[in-house]
Amino acid sequence: MEYQIIWFVLWAVLWAVYFMLDGFDFGIAMIQPLVAENDAERRVVLNSIGPVWDGNEVWLITAGGATFAAFPTTYALMFSYLYTALLLVLFALIVRGVAIDFRGKVDSPAWKSAWDKAFVVSSFLPSLLFGVAFGNIFRGLPMDAAGYHGSLFSLLNPYGLLTGVLFVLLFAVHGGLWLSIRTKGAIMNRSRAVAMKLWFPLVAIAVVFLGATAVSTRLYDNYVAMPLLFTVPAIAVVSLLAVGHFTKRDQTVKAFAASCLTIVMVTFTGVIGLFPSLIPSSIDPKYNLTIFNSSSSIYTLKIMTVVALIFVPIVIAYQIWTYRIFSERLSAEEIVQDEHAY
Amino acid sequence: MDVVMLSRIQFAVTAAFHFIFVPLTLGLSWLIAYMEWKYVKTGDEMYLKMTKFWGKLFLINFALGVVTGITMEFQFGMNWAEYSKYVGDIFGAPLAIEATLAFFLESTFIGVWIFGWNRISKKLHALSITIVAFATNLSALWILLANGWMQNPVGYVLRNGRAEMVDFWALLTNPYGWTKFFHTLTSSYILGAFFVMAIAAYHIMKKSNVTLFKASFRYAAVFALASSLLVLASGDFHGIEVAKVQPTKFAAMESHWETKRGAGYPLLVIPDPENERNAVEAVVIPKMLSMLAFHNPDAEVKGLKDFRKEDRPPVTITFLSFRLMVAMGMFFILASLVAVYLSIKDRLETNQWFLRLMLYALPIPYIGVQVGWIVAEVGRQPWAVYGVLRTADGVSKSVEPIQVIVSLIGFTLLYGTLAIVDFYLLKKYATSDPDDNLKEIVRMTRA
Repeated sequence: MEYQIIWFVLWAVLWAVYFMLDGFDFGIAMIQPLVAENDAERRVVLNSIGPVWDGNEVWLITAGGATFAAFPTTYALMFSYLYTALLLVLFALIVRGVAIDFRGKVDSPAWKSAWDKAFVVSSFLPSLLFGVAFGNIFRGLPMDAAGYHGSLFSLLNPYGLLTGVLFVLLFAVHGGLWLSIRTKGAIMNRSRAVAMKLWFPLVAIAVVFLGATAVSTRLYDNYVAMPLLFTVPAIAVVSLLAVGHFTKRDQTVKAFAASCLTIVMVTFTGVIGLFPSLIPSSIDPKYNLTIFNSSSSIYTLKIMTVVALIFVPIVIAYQIWTYRIFSERLSAEEIVQDEHAY
Repeated sequence: MDVVMLSRIQFAVTAAFHFIFVPLTLGLSWLIAYMEWKYVKTGDEMYLKMTKFWGKLFLINFALGVVTGITMEFQFGMNWAEYSKYVGDIFGAPLAIEATLAFFLESTFIGVWIFGWNRISKKLHALSITIVAFATNLSALWILLANGWMQNPVGYVLRNGRAEMVDFWALLTNPYGWTKFFHTLTSSYILGAFFVMAIAAYHIMKKSNVTLFKASFRYAAVFALASSLLVLASGDFHGIEVAKVQPTKFAAMESHWETKRGAGYPLLVIPDPENERNAVEAVVIPKMLSMLAFHNPDAEVKGLKDFRKEDRPPVTITFLSFRLMVAMGMFFILASLVAVYLSIKDRLETNQWFLRLMLYALPIPYIGVQVGWIVAEVGRQPWAVYGVLRTADGVSKSVEPIQVIVSLIGFTLLYGTLAIVDFYLLKKYATSDPDDNLKEIVRMTRA
């Protein structure tokens, strides 16, 4: 039984790390029209994630793969029930990857402008849809013994959309702070200003989200049963306030760290509320997909645990190493001289 | 059309499209790593130029390989939910391991390689592309162990209404998966090598950077020759595995209807599946089919008629794809023999016909790997997991036909556009002068 719990924790960690990392990849794209005024500056925005975005996205692939291996029934039903929403995420991720790689390959303003637009839209869409998807998972999906009774449009309920907006704002602020620690000059200042401006609506939406969660979901049941757990959402709230505090004082490194912590803790807040479900049923709790009724055999979970415990730390080590070698701040003046940049 | 057929078409389209890019990544990465290590060892700027020229093409291709790969992971759950539920306990593991061991490594170090030119030492930089090459090959291993399990399911029991893993070691050492891995890998190396030879031939004919491209051609020729011999050997071993564990696929590959001992190999065959026979069967090499199937001239080779009709794969397409693949395999051996000979004797420029041949031969390995997959996947039908789960039983129950129609149209439009853009970019960079980049930088820094 404890192996299912290990994989529940790992599942939460994989999603949290994915949102923390790809969150700023999406964020810088969403605020790109606000912070970059010419081609060189747009290149700075893009190149700030150049060496790392691909590695960040693998956290999603691994989260998906881990769901498949550890909770195959959840993987199967989650992906087939959310077919159209995930299709849109998939198309967006495809277009986004291509936009990043192909934008600089032809020296034509029309070409670049087309890929710039694609980059912005294809980063906004997954941010929104991941939020909508998780919002609906928090609410529970309309499923019973006969299967699924929802559609793409039933996902777009107020709580789902609210979570979508929460994700968009979280990532946009996160992206602004990333740019303000990875660039210099005018673009750095503009990014910080945008992060500061968006922080206010983010706090407002977060307050509404915490309230709506009590009304629309059963996430708080676990917290009421075990009040000690309230420390997790408490940390999320404190770190979100710290984001504003540090951004205002121009301590952007600390603000970015607080933003990372916020995203991780928001994810944990939701997932802890789900336990032991991965996807609750909004029709009747007896149809909940839990870590016990949808998991792989203990044998498979043991093997996957060994693999994860050995290799995930190695992955984290070499990814930290790449973040360190590419930590130099970028500027518009220097980027035009760099033949290897995007 | 029903969800099963639509989902099958969609899987075929997206998998085939993904596999346009994967083999070039697998093969070209080693060649580029070799070129860059030559630069590190000799300090000769030509090798640097060479590395960067092929590196540009590699990256354009790599990007599409990565993004089309995400589709594959999503699709098992989206379209094949019943399959995923039934076999996820054992099939999900190699996919998750692939992401953790290989995909992270590849995606992180490709970033280091693209952006690290002036930030890390030359050795570490060359090491990065070597790690990318290793990781992409490792990634292929796990994917093919997963596919190998669908072909030859091992290490599981049917329990709790699904296939549960009981022996990870059996999955890991599945001979079907390994022979398939070697066959896929070596055919991808051929594709990478023929890609380099085709583009190098173009430049040699145009007399641009002849030294650089003749050297590129020579490395690729040697790589192609070694790989095409290995593809034959691994294909032979793989064929024995197929004959042993998938008799219906083997019989369909050969359009072999009647069970026979010491079966001969007809060179000319026209299948007639309607009447369960071959309309034409001529120029028979005695006992050859038994030799190919079991390395034993008197072995018994099962014919299709021994199996119920609903257990047989489509014969004509499997048979034709297999024959085409074999013919192409022979071509690769001959062409790379000539390529090695001419490039070592330095007679490429005086044999323009051969350079032109190699340029126009570029599509052949691409077709070769596709028909190879058709043999593997169509030949496995009607099973998703051979003998365990039928394809029709694996499809998602909650998905409506209209959803798959929309997604299939979406994929076709999106992938079609990407194919055009990719072809345009590859052509632009493949025909560009390797010196142009340098000139461009000089111009920009002066401005």
